[in-house]
Amino acid sequence: MSTPKDLRYSEEHEWVKEEDGKYRIGITHFAQSELGDIVFVELPQVGDQLKSDEPFGSVESVKTVSELYAPLTGKVVEVNENLEDSPELVNESPYEGAWMVVVEIDNKAELDELMTAEQYEEMTAE
Amino acid sequence: MHKDNQSLIFELSKPGRIGYSLPELDVPEVDVTSILSEGLIRTEDAELPEVSELDIMRHYTALSNRNHGVDTGFYPLGSCTMKYNPKINEAVARFPGFSRVHPLQDESTVQGALEVVYDLQEHLAEITGMPQVTLQPAAGAHGEWTALMMIRAFHEANGDTQRTKVLVPDSAHGTNPASATVAGFDTITVKSNEKGLVDLEDLKSKVGPDTAALMLTNPNTLGLFEEDILEMAAVVHGVGGKLYYDGANLNAVMSKARPGDMGFDAVHLNLHKTFTGPHGGGGPGSGPVGVTDELAAFMPKPVVEKVDDRFILNYDVPQSIGRVKPYYGNFGIYLRAYTYIRSMGPDGLKAVTEYAVLNANYMMRRLEPYFDLPYTQHCKHEFVLSGRRQKKLGARTLDMAKRLLDFGYHPPTIYFPLNVEEAMMIEPTETESKETLDNFIEAMIQIAKEVEENPEIVQEAPHTTVIGRLDETKAARKPVLRYVKEQLPVEETVQ
Repeated sequence: MSTPKDLRYSEEHEWVKEEDGKYRIGITHFAQSELGDIVFVELPQVGDQLKSDEPFGSVESVKTVSELYAPLTGKVVEVNENLEDSPELVNESPYEGAWMVVVEIDNKAELDELMTAEQYEEMTAE
Repeated sequence: MHKDNQSLIFELSKPGRIGYSLPELDVPEVDVTSILSEGLIRTEDAELPEVSELDIMRHYTALSNRNHGVDTGFYPLGSCTMKYNPKINEAVARFPGFSRVHPLQDESTVQGALEVVYDLQEHLAEITGMPQVTLQPAAGAHGEWTALMMIRAFHEANGDTQRTKVLVPDSAHGTNPASATVAGFDTITVKSNEKGLVDLEDLKSKVGPDTAALMLTNPNTLGLFEEDILEMAAVVHGVGGKLYYDGANLNAVMSKARPGDMGFDAVHLNLHKTFTGPHGGGGPGSGPVGVTDELAAFMPKPVVEKVDDRFILNYDVPQSIGRVKPYYGNFGIYLRAYTYIRSMGPDGLKAVTEYAVLNANYMMRRLEPYFDLPYTQHCKHEFVLSGRRQKKLGARTLDMAKRLLDFGYHPPTIYFPLNVEEAMMIEPTETESKETLDNFIEAMIQIAKEVEENPEIVQEAPHTTVIGRLDETKAARKPVLRYVKEQLPVEETVQ
């Protein structure tokens, strides 16, 4: 699967997509393929505050439980409720159906620290 | 070929078949509705299985034969120290003087039991280099939590209420951050360096006046000794924090190096790992905690002490964090650990460590040509291979672990530690012979060759077990947790 060019990426394998001044966040295709079949996704609630580089939830696969690290600081305004009953979406549609949260961010400068698709591909090619 | 019947006990049931016979009723029959209220009386049949005594025997004997334990085969489950549990432990634990006492008896009538507790505390104090030991915690994670609560009480007693952070290396056992969280701390992850050891610079950048403690296991989860431990201790102590030692890997250093001498302030031990308490099947475990004199004031109470020639339960410990386990902990496991320590003696315990380390290094070097070994220095009691070479050929670590079942082995710990891709964490322990190690090594080599030549046999393993490859994803997403008796389809019952 190719890495969508219109998204930005964190070192912790989250993607970020700008939509009308808000930011949609999920995990990458690479992340889900490393984790294997996802069986549970734990997400914050609308209104919770995310802090950049700090855990905001977790994904559990048959192998392991991994924390989700916030790529940006901001307030959660939307949460993907579908993942509660259909965690397999993370494997099937990491960039579309399995978005996790939408946030309103505090500091646009944090966006500059995220990677482009090319940079992310380079990082995960190792 | 398995001849064992896979039917559930419910499926063996035949209406009217019974496995008991009761004498005729010789007391007046009482109507149950006259003595119990309506809500307490069952309205549906219990539908217990109707089987003969022989059916029951065969069913449960067949189930017990499916078990794998140290008594049936090699069990190199990394980080778990699945060593042999000597049977003399069981004999001693069954002495009537121990097995027939009650925890509510007056201490004057259980002096022997208290003496064992006291002596075991003394032995563990000597082994760990910690002056004070409590045996109360029920197992490892409970020991971690108990020690952290004592550290927390210590900081609070000093008015240091801003110490809210516990540092944990990224290779730590998952229980470490969990215990810190349950004890009310925030956890901060410390990174590993390229040698697989704690990155000292990262540690220095993360300690400060809010540091309550650093939790560390040494050797770490890669089986590598943290060489910079004295400097790490100085860094943490320099900012007023405490050092906590996770004793899960004590089998690697017992009688060779002591956590107390490395600068640790609190230590937990797993009597069910290092000291041959039975492990698995519910144990129970036992997770004693040793502390410095400074922390001893906060020990769980009662504290077993010796006054002249008598042993007492001291409840007068004003700053104690309180009792952490009903009665006095898992006393039956103390007896097994005590028996082990006394039957091995100091030289025996030293030999345990030497053979545990020798066995692990022997296996690691023999397997090194066939699997990736991310950290190549000598290991301690366990080592971690990576299955990334095999993954490229289409067989993942999970597949190889399943294939080991066909050879009659319990697989190693897999996908842990998290900082090794496709990890296989192997801990042979000291109690296995060279022949057993060689046989396991040959099985691993064969599996590596199969991955190159015929990966399907690995991908589809296991082939010889009663049950083949399970759908782990479905089991996690849609678990079936109880038997439901097959019902007739609804439309048939309606007609």
